[in-house]
Amino acid sequence: MGFLSYLISGISLGSVYAIIALGYTMVYGIAKMLNFAHGDVIMIGSYVVFCAVSVMGMPPGIGILIAVVVCTVLGVVIERIAYKPLRGTSPLAVLITAIGVSYFLQNAALLIFGAGAKSFTSVVNIPALKLAGGALSISGETMVTIGACIVIVIALSCFVKFTKSGRAMLAVSEDRQAAQLMGINVNGTIALTFAIGSALAAIAGVLLCSAYPNLTPYTGSMPGIKAFTAAVFGGIGSIPGAMIGGILLGVIENLSKAYISTQLSDAIVFAVLIVVLLVKPTGILGKKVSEKV
Amino acid sequence: MRKLSKTTVNNLITYGIVIFAYILVQILLATGSLSSLLEGLLVPLCTYVILAVSLNLTVGVLGELSLGHAGFMCVGAFSSAFFSVSMQEAIASDGLRFFLALLVGAVCAGLFGILIGIPVLRLRGDYLAIVTLAFGEIIKNIINAMYVGRDSSGFHFSMKDTTSLGMAEDGQVILKGPQGITGTPGDSNFTIGVILVLITVFIVLNLVHSRAGRAIMAIRDNRIAAESVGINITKYKMMAFAISAALAGVAGVLYAHNLSSLTATSRNFGYNQSIMILVFVVLGGMGNIRGSIISAVVLTLLPEMIRGVGDYRMLIYSVVLIAMMIFNWSPKIKNWREAHPLLKRRKRGEEA
Repeated sequence: MGFLSYLISGISLGSVYAIIALGYTMVYGIAKMLNFAHGDVIMIGSYVVFCAVSVMGMPPGIGILIAVVVCTVLGVVIERIAYKPLRGTSPLAVLITAIGVSYFLQNAALLIFGAGAKSFTSVVNIPALKLAGGALSISGETMVTIGACIVIVIALSCFVKFTKSGRAMLAVSEDRQAAQLMGINVNGTIALTFAIGSALAAIAGVLLCSAYPNLTPYTGSMPGIKAFTAAVFGGIGSIPGAMIGGILLGVIENLSKAYISTQLSDAIVFAVLIVVLLVKPTGILGKKVSEKV
Repeated sequence: MRKLSKTTVNNLITYGIVIFAYILVQILLATGSLSSLLEGLLVPLCTYVILAVSLNLTVGVLGELSLGHAGFMCVGAFSSAFFSVSMQEAIASDGLRFFLALLVGAVCAGLFGILIGIPVLRLRGDYLAIVTLAFGEIIKNIINAMYVGRDSSGFHFSMKDTTSLGMAEDGQVILKGPQGITGTPGDSNFTIGVILVLITVFIVLNLVHSRAGRAIMAIRDNRIAAESVGINITKYKMMAFAISAALAGVAGVLYAHNLSSLTATSRNFGYNQSIMILVFVVLGGMGNIRGSIISAVVLTLLPEMIRGVGDYRMLIYSVVLIAMMIFNWSPKIKNWREAHPLLKRRKRGEEA
């Protein structure tokens, strides 16, 4: 039973990584940039929920809604101010700007909320599910997290496949110039991608902090990096890949924490990533792009 | 007098800047006009300059994005600190011990560079970046879980805790997992730091302007074309990567011998540090060694200079960083700058 419960909590952690990784992977697919500030948008989303629910006493549902709106606006504003002027230049320049944005968000949160850890009250109040005569207990947070991840992945896949703006995203990620010639509003599509990615970050932040209720200005940074490796793991640019990568990463992390060593769990996660990339250099579901001479 | 070539003049200017800065600091120190805070920053400043210059070799000259540079620094720091602590009695001369520690740090980091380079350099672009980041984190994590001690019967090694080392009474634990290494002799100082900076710059500049350097830049500019004229891609990539790692190791040695206790935290050896170094390189201009030196110095001093604004300093730092990136790189602002007569930059030759 011990193994099963570690596995389930691993899937739950992995679902959070998957939701964050979706934001990374979509932005990467379309804007071809690593949005290092994504992890910090998660942190901002968590603080918004914390303020709304724990400080102002609003119901959790409204708190989450506010967080999603705030993060969406934040994502679009960041894109507009920091990334859009640099479109078409060296990807490294955009990367450094993203790092600058990440520092900015962290230090802004540090100024507003202080360095001390806020204890986040879980927004989920579903009782734990007891299975096998109480030997296996699945918490409400775990169920909600896994459920949310599945719903988001299905919804996002449908959005990309069946709606006009979703297909525009695919077209822009395939070939930006050709898409523009076909009359697609490239700037609008990129802004929409940032909006969706940031809204997902808000949800991920709430789920992350419900499971690990320690909220500091640096909360988002490590999960952000891990979710990024998850996106690479699953094949960057691919939506199902992000989910598979995220969940595998979460499971590996939790199982190595339980059975091998707590201190080395991060090392093991990264080692698995390296092995996967060496065997299959484009990730699990990544497309192989042939090289033009 | 023999006319010096343009490259030589350019290189001499770079060395001149470093030496001038050194003399300036010495004068300031002698007149006592440096605050103790800035004085404490002098050796870290040299460390950052070495790191930035060496990373520039990978990012600017070789053209591969590496996010694990702090990992090599970590290897250099810990291997040399380990060497110094365990040899403290055996080698009495501080200078000789520090020199050997430098070699140990550089060689260990260089070996790690080769070891990591073999798999990593097969990948390209962002994948390479994330794998180097992963290696950096792995190095930091493993050092945090390692325990090494020494007693009369030799060295003991464990991945669990101090007691599982099973040492004799006279044993001394040198590396204590997350507590790191304590009691490293404080052998490094600003003068040594500046000498190491000069050596680093000398190595990198000479490499860049040599046959090997031109081969490396050819690989950066067009890998397939380079391969087709018979350049051994793997060899030259590995060469640049290993030298860059070894120099980061030197920076680690300098760092370790400036502190009495050395621990591997995410602040000093984590990916944040690697990113910080990358910021120096990109802001200073990729492939431009002098730019790396200047931006490393300016960006390290900037948060201290604006200490007056208190809590807002890191916020201002990040805003300045974003603004500088946009001002430097945005196509619109570039056009505007070129149109504006006052801001028009002197047309520079295609310098490296």
